Amino acid sequence: MQFDLDVWMKLGAYAGGGLAIGFGAIGAAIGEGYTASQANAAISRNPSLSGDILKTMLVGQAIAESASIFALVVALMLLFTNFGGTSFISVWALFSAGICVGLGAIGSGVGAGFPAGAACLGTSRQPAMGKRLTTNMLIGSAVCQTPSIFALVVSFILIYVDASTKPLWPTWAAVVGAGLATGLGAIGAGLGSGLVAGASCEGIARQPKSSTIVTNSMLLAQAISQTPAIYGLLIGFVLIFKSHPASDAIAPAMALLSAGVCMGFGGIGPSLGIGTAGQSAVKWIARNSENAGVITRNMLVGMAVSESTGIYAMVISLILVFVM
Amino acid sequence: MAIEGVDMVKAAAFLGAGLAMGLGAIGPGVGEGMAAAKACEAIGRNPKEAGLLTRTMLVGQAVSESTGIYSLVVALLLLFVV
Repeated sequence: MQFDLDVWMKLGAYAGGGLAIGFGAIGAAIGEGYTASQANAAISRNPSLSGDILKTMLVGQAIAESASIFALVVALMLLFTNFGGTSFISVWALFSAGICVGLGAIGSGVGAGFPAGAACLGTSRQPAMGKRLTTNMLIGSAVCQTPSIFALVVSFILIYVDASTKPLWPTWAAVVGAGLATGLGAIGAGLGSGLVAGASCEGIARQPKSSTIVTNSMLLAQAISQTPAIYGLLIGFVLIFKSHPASDAIAPAMALLSAGVCMGFGGIGPSLGIGTAGQSAVKWIARNSENAGVITRNMLVGMAVSESTGIYAMVISLILVFVM
Repeated sequence: MAIEGVDMVKAAAFLGAGLAMGLGAIGPGVGEGMAAAKACEAIGRNPKEAGLLTRTMLVGQAVSESTGIYSLVVALLLLFVV
């Protein structure tokens, strides 16, 4: 049975579109469900503030939703655009674009639920801090979304950059690897930043006096938690834009695919671990802000060690791309 | 395209190296993060013992790091030796 290229393009685009919104729907739904559960707990504690809490819940959920809206947009583009590709590389690029944005939305969706839930509970505990909590929640959840924006950028590049002049072997494996590196690498960063942002909202509600230092520490910890996702984005760009010499063998293609898988999975653990460390550090900086310096120092040392395996994964990926 | 045995073995070694380091990096990253989280909490409760707590955290993290280093070694062996 022989298909022509147009049929294969449709196969790649439809399979990618389905996976995009399939994976992409996981995270936001869990995050929003968590927010709603915390909002219920908050309203039962302080029913007179139900209006404010409901408003905070809806704003927080709207931000958590944005990651899966990115996935929906890419899925609809893949379903309804007529791609006139001239190479089988485009088939793989469309498929990879779908996987990339779908996987990339998981972490950000779940992560953005944590600050929203903590802001709802915090509003019921300290009604006077409601505005400050909403601001902190908005900053924190916006940072949570960056990994899913990385995934969105890479999937747009995969859809629109024309790779048809490049050799099919091994470029098809490079585009699939780029999608996996960025998509998988974004999962941990979204979750980790969310844990930090949740702890900072809780901390501001408990200790309104230390709110400035808590927001600053949150941003520091979130920035470090994003680094593995940035490694994933870097490997994704290298795989897409480096010109790979044509080869008849399977090994060079598998090296490029493997580079993407390695950096993608390798980014999950470190960013989740950094997020856990940041969560606890921000929580205790809020309770014990006189000793913020020594807690921050310990947090940074601990995070640096946790980062190391992510760097190993990046080294192995770069060896696979440039040496093998 | 003709598929040769040597080519297949190399392809499998490359895939194995990527999976070894990629999956092997998850555990140490999460574990070391948990150690750092508890150390931050302990310093928050008892800031006077910060030096001792940071030292204990680093020793614990170094042990947790070992499996990540095993993954790195196996990945490098698959790439350059096998």
